[in-house]
Amino acid sequence: MEAFQLKLVANVDQAIGFAQPAANGQANDASTRFLAGGTTLLDLMKLDVERPTQVIDIHRLPLDQVETIDGGGVTIGATVRNSDLANHPLIKSHYPVLSQALLSGASAQLRNMATTGGNLLQRTRCVYFRDPVTPCNKREPGTGCSAIEGYNRNLAILGTSEHCIATNPSDMNVAMTALEATIHVESAQGKRDIAIDDFFLLPGNTPERETTLNPGELITHVTLPAPVPGNRSVYLKLRDRASYEFALASAAVVVRVSSGKIDHIRIALGGVGVKPWRSKEAEAQLLGRAPDATAFRAAAEAALQSAHVQSQNGFKVELAKRCIQHALTLATQTA
Amino acid sequence: MSKEPQKPDVGADEPVSVLERPTRRSFLTRVGAAGVAIGTGQLHSVALADSDNSQEAPAAASAPADSANMHVRLNVNGSNYELDIDPRTTLLDCVREHLHLTGTKKGCDHGQCGACTVHVDGRRVNSCLSLAVTHEGEAITTIEGIGKPGALHPMQAAFVEHDGFQCGYCTSGQIMSAVALLHEPYGHSDDDVKEAMSGNICRCGAYTNIVSAIQQVRRKI
Repeated sequence: MEAFQLKLVANVDQAIGFAQPAANGQANDASTRFLAGGTTLLDLMKLDVERPTQVIDIHRLPLDQVETIDGGGVTIGATVRNSDLANHPLIKSHYPVLSQALLSGASAQLRNMATTGGNLLQRTRCVYFRDPVTPCNKREPGTGCSAIEGYNRNLAILGTSEHCIATNPSDMNVAMTALEATIHVESAQGKRDIAIDDFFLLPGNTPERETTLNPGELITHVTLPAPVPGNRSVYLKLRDRASYEFALASAAVVVRVSSGKIDHIRIALGGVGVKPWRSKEAEAQLLGRAPDATAFRAAAEAALQSAHVQSQNGFKVELAKRCIQHALTLATQTA
Repeated sequence: MSKEPQKPDVGADEPVSVLERPTRRSFLTRVGAAGVAIGTGQLHSVALADSDNSQEAPAAASAPADSANMHVRLNVNGSNYELDIDPRTTLLDCVREHLHLTGTKKGCDHGQCGACTVHVDGRRVNSCLSLAVTHEGEAITTIEGIGKPGALHPMQAAFVEHDGFQCGYCTSGQIMSAVALLHEPYGHSDDDVKEAMSGNICRCGAYTNIVSAIQQVRRKI
């Protein structure tokens, strides 16, 4: 691990003050990282994939609350631990898809450490990104993508470019996308609110840039809109083993059926996209239709229409389709 | 005030010697040091060969960031320690190398195996993915803090009774996880235990007996 300056801060102002590019005399803050749970950052620092010169410890900032907000939604502090969020009564009762997604990710120890803000910025598990010796456009722009001609079984089939096919590994992000979360950030320049679907970027020509977060910006909290009355939600994760494994395909579904017709539907996919993958194509197939197997298959087909497969990950197309169909079945079945 | 870590108890009938009594740890440390010396020599010769074959001047090393040690006060197993350590030191390396609490094990060092599991304010975490200096003011508990020979924690006793280990390397992490699990919102079935314990890998495959040990303790409390 490379040497760095560690800053211990007591409040948000101190944190964004240290992160401000001008404050530390650097041209930009590309070498500053906020440290919360550390489950991604320290892992990558040990691999020399992340080499910050300044690390700001924010894990004890007073951003650890989950509270209801006006209009019936909920605000989730950036340092709320994954385990606390998953087991919070508000989340379990109003947003079960989020609780299920969080509990399907990582291990109990990691969930006790990992935070809401950190999970939004979780980095890909692409083996070439994690190996500083091999070319990787995300890690070293312009060096090429080793995965396209290499080991790509676990990598993305939606949103890829010729420069990067890395999968976003988070489960939480998929549920947050289906719940249409808003991400609130703050820097010395002020505050911004970003819709989650605008937060994550496609790799295109710049796979090193994964989010619209600007240098010096700190995620302070995430808000979820009020749940649609009468909705049901499910997170279904398919993987190589039953626990402690990343998704090969996953689906977050939020659905409401009224008078035999679907009148509210949100679908997001994990394990198959370069970012948490909202499928408005699949939603369009379902809105106004009866919740039956024919409609579910049509939605699944629409969601994977633009899939672009590599040498080893073609199986994910059918896997993702069946994942969508089964998640919809679970979310709409009458008890 | 700095506190020297306690020496392990030595029985009165132990032979007294001016020579340090060799332990598995001191022996392995010396073997390891020899291995590093040999490894460094090889690395050095590779670097020389590279520069001999290259016309280019070696790239100037970028100025390292300030790597000065940081002062930290840690509470581990109820005792306070004051340390000056490199901020890169993980909690795992801190308890093992600085406090000499070597019950906590280093397996993968990347949060994948669970051998390094300790409690921070009563919650189980992977100590390999946490910087020691960020834990001032928090209560850290390692395997040494939950029980001792003759006064085992019920979970330690259950692991012995059910033969919940073979080589033992993962065991302290398994037990720390299992103790924390007692206060976590998991269901009662064996499958719930397996899910809750999935972050602790046992290469020997003692899982069946580990589940039995944990379930015995859960049923008693």
